[in-house]
Amino acid sequence: MTPAPTPAAAGKPSFMPRLGLAAVILGTLFFAIAPLLVPTYQISILTEVLIYAVLAMSVDILAGYTGRTPLCLGAVFGVSTYVTVYWTSTMGGSPYTGMMLGILAATLVAAIFAILAIRTTGVYFLLLTLALGMIIWGICLRWTSVTGGENGLRGAVRPAELAAHMPFYYVVFVAVAIITFIMWRFVRSPFGLTLRGIRDSDSRMRSLGYNVSLHMFIAFTVAGVFAGVAGALYAMFNDFVSPSTVALTQSVEGLLMAITGGVGTLFGSFIGALAIIGLENAVSIYTERWQTVLGLVFIFIMIFAPDGILGGIKTLLARKRG
Amino acid sequence: MDRRTFLKSSVALAAVGTVAMPYVARAQGTGPIKIGLMAPLTGVVASGGREMVDGFNMYLDEKGGMMGGRKVELIVEDDGANPDMALQKARRLVEQNGVSMLCGNLLANTGLAVANYVKGNGMPYFIPIIAADELTQRNRIKNVVRVAGYTGSQFPRPLADWCLKQGYKKAATISQDYTFGQEQCGGFCQTFTEGGGTIAGQFWHPLNTSDFSPYLGQLANLGVDVIFAMETGADATRFMQQYSNFGLKGQIPLVGAMNMTDQSVIRTMGSEAEGVIVAAHFAEGSPAPVTKTFVEAHMKKYNKYPSLYGFSMYSGAMWLDEAAKSIGGKVEDREAFLAAVSKTELTGSPLGQTVKLDAYGNPIYDVHIRKVVKNADGKLWNAPIANYPAVSQFWTYNPETYMKQPPYSRDFQGIKKG
Repeated sequence: MTPAPTPAAAGKPSFMPRLGLAAVILGTLFFAIAPLLVPTYQISILTEVLIYAVLAMSVDILAGYTGRTPLCLGAVFGVSTYVTVYWTSTMGGSPYTGMMLGILAATLVAAIFAILAIRTTGVYFLLLTLALGMIIWGICLRWTSVTGGENGLRGAVRPAELAAHMPFYYVVFVAVAIITFIMWRFVRSPFGLTLRGIRDSDSRMRSLGYNVSLHMFIAFTVAGVFAGVAGALYAMFNDFVSPSTVALTQSVEGLLMAITGGVGTLFGSFIGALAIIGLENAVSIYTERWQTVLGLVFIFIMIFAPDGILGGIKTLLARKRG
Repeated sequence: MDRRTFLKSSVALAAVGTVAMPYVARAQGTGPIKIGLMAPLTGVVASGGREMVDGFNMYLDEKGGMMGGRKVELIVEDDGANPDMALQKARRLVEQNGVSMLCGNLLANTGLAVANYVKGNGMPYFIPIIAADELTQRNRIKNVVRVAGYTGSQFPRPLADWCLKQGYKKAATISQDYTFGQEQCGGFCQTFTEGGGTIAGQFWHPLNTSDFSPYLGQLANLGVDVIFAMETGADATRFMQQYSNFGLKGQIPLVGAMNMTDQSVIRTMGSEAEGVIVAAHFAEGSPAPVTKTFVEAHMKKYNKYPSLYGFSMYSGAMWLDEAAKSIGGKVEDREAFLAAVSKTELTGSPLGQTVKLDAYGNPIYDVHIRKVVKNADGKLWNAPIANYPAVSQFWTYNPETYMKQPPYSRDFQGIKKG
C-alpha cells in the first residue's frame, strides 16, 4: 500500500487550509445535526460510524502517516471491548473504570505488539500484525472460562442515563470530537512530521539521527490507545462482545474504512466509515448479497480513486487550482 | 400565529412526534402483524438459515399469510452468523421497521447478543433454534421465550437413561468444543454417571475438524460400551463417515446429539449413518398421522424431508399463531401476548402431542429415542424406537436445586464420582 501523497501541502497555501477548515466545520455540523433529522435506528448507525471512524483513524496513523499497514488494530480494539464488558459483567464494576481498564489493556497489548512488529516493513509487517491479531482472536475463542468462548460476554456497560440513542450519541460525538482533535494535533506535531519522514524513507531518517524504532514504537502504541478508546466506546454501544469483535474482519474493516476515505488524510476516516457502514445498511435492505456489492464498490474505488474519497477530492481540487 | 408560537408549537410537535411514535405504532391493532425474522442466510450455516425461513413461510403459506386473524408482514433479515450483525439487524427491525416481535437466529452467540438487546427494551423474542441452556435457566429474560425449541442438555439425558437400560456401563464422549457441545455432553454425562455408569474419557475438538483419526484411535482403545458424539453440520458427516471407515461401526454402538443425525446431515449420506441412535422431540420417520402429513407436505413443497430447522420454525410459527388467536390478534400488547404465549398449549404441532412451556419458558416434550434407518423410498430418516414422556429441561431434578450447580462447560460436566 503506497502512502497517499499530501496534495494539501502542494496547493496554494492560502486557499487549501481555508477550504479544509470549511470542510471540517461542515463535517462537524453534519454529525452534530444529523441525529436530529433521522429516525432512532439511524442514530445508532451514526453512533457506530463515529466509533468506527476512530478505529479507522488509528489505522490511518500507522498506514497513512507511518507507512506501515497494520492488520491487528481490530484485535486491539476488541481487547478493550472485552476488558470493559468483563469488568462490568463478571466483576460487577463501574462502566467508567471498565473503560479506563479497557483502554489500558489495549495500550499494553499494542505496546507488546509494537515491540514485535516495528522492525519489519511492507508485507512482513502486514503478515506479522495479522498473526498477532489472530492470537488475540484465538485466546478470546478458547479461553472459555473468562471470555465466554464462542458465546461471548453479555455486559451491562451502558448506564441508565445513556440508554436512549440520542443522549448516547452526543456523548460519543463529544468524545470523538476531542479524540479527533488530539489525533489531528498528533499527526501535525513535529513528532508526526518525523513519522511522515519515516514513511517516505526510514534509512534517510536514520542517517539524519532520528531514533526510528522509538518513533515507530510510540506511533504504534498511540494508535493502540485510540483503537482502545474506540473499543471501549463500542463496549458501551453494544453491551456485548464475542470473538467476532476481535476477528480479522474487524481489522480489515478498519483498514477498508481508512482506505475508502483516503489513507493519510485522517478525516477521510469519517467519510470511509460513513460510506461503508451506510452502504452495509442500505444495501442489505435490498439484497442479502450485500457483501458482493460492497466488494464491487471497493474495487471501483481502488480503480478510480486509489487515494480514497477524500484523497481523490483533494487531488482534483489541487489540479483545478494548479 | 406569530413566529415564536409557531416555533414553540413545532418544537413541541416534533418532541411529541419522536417520543410518541413507537407507542403509536404499538397501539395500533389493525394493520398487519409485523414479525422480524432473523436467520443466517450467509456465512457458515447458511443452508440451515434458509431452511429456517422456509419452515416459517411454509406455515404462513398454509394459513394464507394470516396469524391470529390478521395479515402477517414478515421481514426477513440476514444475521450473517455473526453476533454483531445480528445485533444491528435486531435494532433495525425494532427501531426502524417497528416489528411487534423478533424471532429466529441459529447460532447461540447471535441469539445471546439479541437476547441482551431485548432485555433492555422488553421486545418479545422467540428462539425456536437457539439451545443455549442459560437463556431459559440461570439468566432467564422474561421476554425471551423458547417456543418450539429445546435446551442443549434436555435430550441427551433421556438418551443416557436409555443407554443405561441397554446395559451400557462405560461411555466416552466426543464433541465440538463450544458451549452447545459442552451442554449436550454435560446432560449425557450427568445422567449417565448418576445412574451408575462411568465416563472413560471426553474428547473436545475444534469446529471444522477434517480428520478424526487421532480421536477415533483413542476412542477405540478405551474399551467403552457406547460412544456419545455431539457434532453438527459437516463435522457430523465426516465423523460418521470416518467412524464407519475406521471399522468402529458395528463394534461400539454410536449414540449422539440429535443434530448429528438431523436431515440436514443425513440427507446426503449413505449407509455409514444407518443405525446411529439419538434422542429428540421430533422424528420425521414417526408413524403419527400428523407427523406424516407434515413430512409429506414439506417433501412436496421443498423436495426434501424437514430438518430440525424447518420443523422448529414451522412449529414456532404455529405457536405464535395460536397465542395471537387467543388474544384476538392484539400482539402489540406485549404483556398480554407474552402471557398468551406462555399459556398456549400447542395441540396441532407435527409432533402429534400436546406441547407446553415450563415456568422458565422452555417446552416440555415427549422425547423419542430415534434410530437412523432406510425407509420404504430408500432414503435415510429417523424412526422412533422408544419414548420418554414429558421431559423438561430439568429432567428429574428440582429446578431450583438444579440451577445452583454451575452451567456446563469443559470443566464442569456434572460427572458423579465413585
